[in-house]
Amino acid sequence: MIKNAVGRYIPASIKGYGNLTPFAGSDAIYPEIKPKASGIIKRKSKDQNKILPTLVDAIKATGLKDGMTISFHHHFRNGDMVVNQVMDAIASCGIKNLTLAPSSLTEPHDYIAPYVENRVVTKIITSGLRKKLGDLASNGKIEYPVLFHSHGGRARRIEEGSTQIDVAFIAAPGCDFLGNINGTDSLTPCGSLGYAHVDARNAKYVVAVTNEIKGTPLKRISIPHYLVDYIVKIDNIGDPKKIGTGATRLTTNPMDLVLAKISADIIAASPYFKSNFSFQTGSGGAALATTRFLKEHMIKRGIIAGFATGGITSYMVDLLNDKLLDCLYDVQSFDLNSSLSLRDNRNHIEMDSSFYANPLNAGPIVNYLDVVILSALEIDTKFNVNVVTGSNGIIREASGGHCDTAYGAKLSIVIAPSFRSRLPIIVDDVTTVVTPGEDVDIVVTERGIAVNPARKDIESWIKNAGYPVYDINDLKKRIENITGKPEPIKFSDEIVALIEYRDGTIIDTIRKVEQ
Amino acid sequence: MKEFRRRTQLYVPGNSPSMIQHCMVFGSDGVLLDLEDSVSIYQKDAARELVAQALQFFDFGNVEVVVRINGLDTPYCIKDLERIIPLKPDAIRLPKTSSKDDIMKYENIISKIEKQNGLEVGSTKIVPMLETAVAIENAYEIAASSARIIAITIGGEDLTADMKVKRTKEGKELYWARAKVALAASAAKVASLDTVFSDVNDDEGLRSDTMTIKELGFDGKACINPRQIQIVHEVYTPSENEISAAKEIILAARKNEGGVVSLNGKMIDYPVVKRAETTLQRAGIDPNSI
Repeated sequence: MIKNAVGRYIPASIKGYGNLTPFAGSDAIYPEIKPKASGIIKRKSKDQNKILPTLVDAIKATGLKDGMTISFHHHFRNGDMVVNQVMDAIASCGIKNLTLAPSSLTEPHDYIAPYVENRVVTKIITSGLRKKLGDLASNGKIEYPVLFHSHGGRARRIEEGSTQIDVAFIAAPGCDFLGNINGTDSLTPCGSLGYAHVDARNAKYVVAVTNEIKGTPLKRISIPHYLVDYIVKIDNIGDPKKIGTGATRLTTNPMDLVLAKISADIIAASPYFKSNFSFQTGSGGAALATTRFLKEHMIKRGIIAGFATGGITSYMVDLLNDKLLDCLYDVQSFDLNSSLSLRDNRNHIEMDSSFYANPLNAGPIVNYLDVVILSALEIDTKFNVNVVTGSNGIIREASGGHCDTAYGAKLSIVIAPSFRSRLPIIVDDVTTVVTPGEDVDIVVTERGIAVNPARKDIESWIKNAGYPVYDINDLKKRIENITGKPEPIKFSDEIVALIEYRDGTIIDTIRKVEQ
Repeated sequence: MKEFRRRTQLYVPGNSPSMIQHCMVFGSDGVLLDLEDSVSIYQKDAARELVAQALQFFDFGNVEVVVRINGLDTPYCIKDLERIIPLKPDAIRLPKTSSKDDIMKYENIISKIEKQNGLEVGSTKIVPMLETAVAIENAYEIAASSARIIAITIGGEDLTADMKVKRTKEGKELYWARAKVALAASAAKVASLDTVFSDVNDDEGLRSDTMTIKELGFDGKACINPRQIQIVHEVYTPSENEISAAKEIILAARKNEGGVVSLNGKMIDYPVVKRAETTLQRAGIDPNSI
């Protein structure tokens, strides 16, 4: 075991992943120049027919076998119907020991839990796991540890070859007879296909799964037909109404709105709040709602933002339509309005996850962000943030773009209610470090704000906005005066998951919870 | 006695721990911990105890903490007063007070409890609620009936029921009663607080309702959802132009030691200065600090 830069002990190697490199600091690793991994070269006959009748036909055509790696995108979020149907088809073919490498997994994927238990899937590499799959992983019921990456880290993994996708199954709301794909031209749109681009470019085989094959070519192309090997039409691929639920809901919760207002007030008091400033709001009701309050400051001060990135919401689309924002870079669309805007507004631009956050390219857009507002499940007195494990130590959420944007943005604000269900949010040590404290500048709770001591310049802006600033240890005590201090969770020594930092080093591990 | 702005009072059901624990962070000027209508008769004891614990446990900061008890016509009233008064909330809201006699009855009970608990007699402040037609007719008499009274308030739902009219968003049916309550409060030199606006999803309706009561002279209104607070505050917060004009008036008047003076061609006399002071107070600025 080696102690890494955030004080967590990392094994030298682990089954299924080989040697591990401990996290050394968010700016520490600059790899030597190395070739990009790429897929395979294929030549198909001129009279090939890409359109296959069933998922099983497509699985057979790609040559999917035991031990291979498959991928999905999660743009339909809680409305996704593709993963479950593809996994049914794969299981019916008797294929086992697969590595599942989706961009993330969401609530409907409880359905595939039996495929983990009966070893159709033995390894999962993902940004997030929820509900039953989170429980299975936390209880050591998946053969290999789960690897959690960030969105930028996933793009890096695929481009450098750490994740080699054999078959990418891409839910394709808009799909023409050639195999051109987008997420918008459909009665069931999911908006941006940002996370699927890197799969399409690098997977050995790409299968578009659609509910309608258009007889005329798409005019707006996200993924071009020459990257798509097969097309399968099924009845339902996803429910757009469920995209904006859970972590991406538009909140009316009063506590979320209080946090959002404080964050917007702080941003407005910062020197970054000037014309052409750029920002992102992470998932979570309060973070997303910050845009709504920021808009009021923008109107009052006559400020027009340059660009906004990330998961795009109706709030951001409103800014674009009201000419308070020059453009949107959309890696995923968090609601139906955002999908429609992506289709109709040329200043609403689809971006892929490498463009968004890959640390190993000539400059992901996160590096140009002025401000990011992020959520948290826990924050510790070193400002480290946990967004993956719940207060009971069980895996329940996702890494997402948290550490990517916290690193890239000039100002990173993490917001959370001071306690949830009587459990304090600020703790001595987070259960799981996902984002290192060195990249977190401000912690906002409704009962006080704390500033990272490394950013002393910030305190005066917050005071100008009319809010007191607390030392994070004092803020922790204030909250514990209400909640008390919970008993620590007991973990066994068994490592059930790895938290990979965006650069490929291991920032933390998740251990099996003791029953 | 602490001085409070009273633009907003957030109602919090006294039997909801999850709402009580956060009620002080939403930015309202006051909170109303409710033992009356929002609590079912089966939960009266539990709510009373929860509110009592909350008063002792939580730091409410600069938020005015008022407890609405059950009325004299219920078996809970005395128990509520006996449990709550010793914990010294900033005030107690008394439902369905209709006359000076009602206030006198409360006066006697409260004084007795104060004595029993070693509290200064008269230290418990009260806010009578005027919720019947007869109460509105007696508004000034009630408002001026006790030195304990810091504000009077109108209860729209019960009043419209008593008047046998429908409560509407436009509030025409409440216009006369509201005007009378605001005027009575001014005459008795106490604050006047308006009833709730029930549709939490109608921001513009709330804004319009608040503008109406502000024009009638109310100091603020009760809110039933934290989302309503900001809108009421916006209506009550003077604009930058209004604030700078008020500052100019006060400075001009001070230069002339209170005599009549002209500013930008307009006469500045006592009422104008008084209004300017109110404007600054509503903006959270102490006129003496100018």
